[in-house]
Amino acid sequence: MDSANLLTAVAAAEPNAKPREKADRAAVQVPVGNFSALMKRLRNDSAFAFDMLCDHTAIDWSEQGSFELVYQLYSTVHGHYLMVTTSVPRVNPIVPTVREYWRIAEFQEREVYDMFGVLYDGHPDLRRLFLEDDWKGFPLRKDYKDEFMLERPE
Amino acid sequence: MSVHITTLDDRVRLRKDDSSPLSTQEYFVNMGPQHPSTHGVLRLVLKLDGETVREVIPVLGYIHRGIEKMGEHQSYRQFVHLSDRLDYLSALINNWAVSMTIEKAANIELNDRIQVIRTLMAELQRIQSHQLWWGVFGMDLGAFTPFLYGFRDREIIADIFEETVGARLTMNYIQPGGLMYDIHPGFVKRVKAFLKYFKPKLAEYETLLSGNVILQERLRGVGRMDGQTALSIGATGPVLRASGVPLDLRKSEAYGSYGKVAFDVVVGKNGDCWDRYWVRLEEMRQSMKIVEQLIDNIPEGKHMVMKPAVKIKLPEGSYYNQVETARGILGVYIVSDGKESPYRVHLRTPNFNNLWAITETAANWRLGDLVAILSSLDVVVPDIDR
Amino acid sequence: MTGITENIWQAKTIAQRATEALPDSVWFALGYMVLGVVGVAAFIAVMGMGLIYAERKIAGHFQCRLGPMRVGWHGIFQTVADTLKLLLKEDVVPAQSDRFLHILAPLFTLLGTILVLAVLPMSPIVHVSDVNIGVVYVGAVSGFGVLGILLGGWSSNNKWSLLGAMRAGAQIISYEISATLALLVVVLFSGTLRLSEIVESQAAGWWIWRAHGVGILAFLLFFVASLAEINRTPFDIPEGESELTAGFHTEYSGMRFAFFFLAEFINMFIVAAMTATLFLGGWMPFHIGDFAGFNAIMDMIPPGLWFTGKTAFLVFLIMWFRWTFPRLRVDQLMRLEWKVLLPIGFVNLIAAAVVVLFNFYFFPVR
Repeated sequence: MDSANLLTAVAAAEPNAKPREKADRAAVQVPVGNFSALMKRLRNDSAFAFDMLCDHTAIDWSEQGSFELVYQLYSTVHGHYLMVTTSVPRVNPIVPTVREYWRIAEFQEREVYDMFGVLYDGHPDLRRLFLEDDWKGFPLRKDYKDEFMLERPE
Repeated sequence: MSVHITTLDDRVRLRKDDSSPLSTQEYFVNMGPQHPSTHGVLRLVLKLDGETVREVIPVLGYIHRGIEKMGEHQSYRQFVHLSDRLDYLSALINNWAVSMTIEKAANIELNDRIQVIRTLMAELQRIQSHQLWWGVFGMDLGAFTPFLYGFRDREIIADIFEETVGARLTMNYIQPGGLMYDIHPGFVKRVKAFLKYFKPKLAEYETLLSGNVILQERLRGVGRMDGQTALSIGATGPVLRASGVPLDLRKSEAYGSYGKVAFDVVVGKNGDCWDRYWVRLEEMRQSMKIVEQLIDNIPEGKHMVMKPAVKIKLPEGSYYNQVETARGILGVYIVSDGKESPYRVHLRTPNFNNLWAITETAANWRLGDLVAILSSLDVVVPDIDR
Repeated sequence: MTGITENIWQAKTIAQRATEALPDSVWFALGYMVLGVVGVAAFIAVMGMGLIYAERKIAGHFQCRLGPMRVGWHGIFQTVADTLKLLLKEDVVPAQSDRFLHILAPLFTLLGTILVLAVLPMSPIVHVSDVNIGVVYVGAVSGFGVLGILLGGWSSNNKWSLLGAMRAGAQIISYEISATLALLVVVLFSGTLRLSEIVESQAAGWWIWRAHGVGILAFLLFFVASLAEINRTPFDIPEGESELTAGFHTEYSGMRFAFFFLAEFINMFIVAAMTATLFLGGWMPFHIGDFAGFNAIMDMIPPGLWFTGKTAFLVFLIMWFRWTFPRLRVDQLMRLEWKVLLPIGFVNLIAAAVVVLFNFYFFPVR
C-alpha cells in the first residue's frame, strides 16, 4: 500500500493513532495504552503484514520531559514502510515489550534501556547491552554527565 | 507482567536440579573478547554439554565508542567521517548511507556522474569485503591458504581505492553533495584490469575451497535458519537471502545507478552455512557484472554539486534511509531540530541483527559448528557496538 | 629364497657394534653407546630445525609468499633464531595449575618420539638399535605421546585446553587401531616383526606394489591414520587454532612449548619414515624381482639417499595436506575412523591373509 492508504488503514485499525508530522515517510503516533494492541495488529493482519522490525530506538526530548520511542517497520510481503512512535514520560518510562512479535526487539529494547533507561514491561531479560551491569546513568540522555566526559572547547 | 532488571550473573547460573546420577554436567565457557575466530572483540559465553553448544550468550560493548552520542555534537559533514568506522569493510557504502539521508532531507539534487561513481565504488567495496570474508572463512575452518589468496586479490582493489580516495580502509570519500575528489585518470583502466584478473581467480576459489568434500561436510545442513526466523531476528543481506527471502535494497529501492544495470538477486534455499557461503560467492560475480556495465560509461560532470564550505542544516523532522551494505541493510535515522548538528542520530547496523541470529542458529550444534556458523554470518563487531 | 635378488648390504646397528666390542674393550662399547645417544639427540635437534624451516618455506610458497627470507640466505637460520628465543623465554607455569604434571607433560611427548627414533632403520649402518619386536614396540611406545597431551591439557587448569586434550585422547586412541591393522598387513607379507628384516624383505620389490591391491590400500590406511595420530590437518582439532586458540598447549611457553612443537615435527618425520620403511622399502632401492641388471643400476645410488628421498617426499605430502584442506569436525573424525577406516582395515587384513596363504603376490618370499 502507498502512504496515504496505509495511514488510512492504520487509522481505521486504531483510532488513537494520529499521523506524525515532519517525517519523511508514513508515520503514526500512538499513546502508550493503545501501543501494544496496534503493534499486534500491524504484525498479524495480512493487510499490513509487517514482518520485519527494521529499527527501534528512542529520542530524548528533555525539554518536553518525555522519551519518544520510534519503531521502523517494513513488510516484505507488500513492500511498505511504517514508522510508529509513542511517547513516555521521562520520569517513569514504562512501555510494553514487542518481543513476542519480533524477536530482535528483545535486544534492541535492551539497547534502549542501556542508553536511555526506558523500562520494558514483560521483557524476560532486561539488562544492559553495551555497558557493564553496574554502570550508573544512561549515556544518551541529554543531561548525562560522568567524570570521563570532556568539555568541548568553544 | 512486570519490569525486572537482570544481570549477566543471573544468566550464567547453572541449574542445580540434575536428578539422574548419570547425567553429564553442563558448563559455561567463555569465548572471550580475544579469540582467533570471533571477528573482532566479541565475547560469547557458551553453555556447553560436552562438545554440544546448548546456549550462546553474546556479551557486547568491548568496542562501544559512543558514535551516536558523538554525532549529536558534530556537524553533518563531520558525521560522515564517523560512519566508516562502523563496518569498516563497507566503509564507502556506509558513507553513502549517511550522505544519502542528508541529501534526501536537504533536497540536494545530484548529477549522473556522481551516482555512477558512487555505485562503482560501492560494488568494488562489496567485492573487496567478500574477498576478505572468504579468506577468513577458510582460515576459521582450518584451511589456512585461502586467507592469503583472499588478501592478495583484495590488495588490488585496495590499490585502486588508494589511488583515487587516498585511503585503504577508512575512506570518507562519499560526502553529502557528491564525492570528495574526482576519480583518478587511471581508475577505469585499473578497474578493467582487475576484472580481467579476478574472474579466473574466482573459479580458482571454487576449486580450492568449495569443491572440497571436507568443507561440504562441515557446511551442508549446519546452522539452518528459515526465512521467518531470519525476518523476525531482522537479519538482512546475504544471511537473509540465503534463507530464501529475496530482499535486496539494490533491486527494491534502486538508489544510485542500480536501476540502470541488470543483475540478479542471489537467493539460497535452505538457510544453512553452505547457502550463506555460496550466496556470497555468487554476489561477487554479480557485483563484477554491475561494474562491467558501468565502467565504460561514466558520464561527464562535476564531482561535487555543493561547495564543501557550505554548512548543511536539515529542516526540522525525522529522516530514515536505508542502503544495502556488503553485510546487510544499514539504516540511518536522523532527527533534526534545524541546527547545525543533528538532535539525534541513530544507525541501524546490519551486523547487530546478524549477530543475534547466532542465538537461533547455533543451539544444539557442536563447537566446531559454532565457529562455522559465526564465520558464515560474517559479523564485524565494531558495527554492532557502534 | 629363490628367484629374487640377493641383498648386497650388510646391515649392522650401533647397538650390535657395541655388543660386539664389549668383550674386547669396554671403552669402545661405551663409545658406541654414547654415539647412539648423541646421534639421536643431535638428530632431533637438527632435523627439528630443518623441518620447521621447511614447513615455513613450503607454507609460504603455497600461499604465494616467500616465507622467512631475512635470517641468513633465504632465511636458513630462522629456526636457529627461534630456538634461541624459546630458550631465553620465561618459563611460565600457571598459578592454579597442577605444577608437577604441567612440567611433566611435554617430557612424555618427547619421550615417545625419542624412543621410536632409536629403532628406525635409516640406512644399513645408521640404525641405533634393532628390537626383535620392532613393529609392536613402535606402536606401543608412540602411545606415550597421548599421555603427554592429556596431562598437558588437564594440568593447565583451562577449559579450552581440557577440550583439546579430550579430543586428542579420543582421536589418537581411535586411529591407532586403523594404523595397526594396516601395519599388520606388512607383517603378514614379510613374516617378521623386526624392522630391519622388513626392509630386507623388500629387496625384491616394495610392498606397496608387490602386494598389489592390498598393499596400496594398507599404505593409504596407514598414512591417513598416522596423520590423525600426529594431529596434523585435516585432523588437527586438538590444537584447532580457530576454535581453541592452541588447544592443549595454550598455557605453555618457552622451552616446554618447544618440546611439544619439536615433538610434533619429529613425529611427522617418524610417520613418514615408518611409512617409507613398511611400504616403500626403507633404505632398499627400487628393485624389480628378476631384473638383475636394472637392480644393479638402482643399487648404485646409496641406500641412505633412498631413505632420505622417500621420507622427504612423504613429509612434503604431509605438509601439502596441511596447507590445503580444512579440518574435520570432531564427530566427523570419529565417524571416519570407526565407520569407514576400521571396517576397511579389517577386510583388508583378511584379504591380505588370503593373499599370503595362496601366494597371490609378486615374487613371494616363502
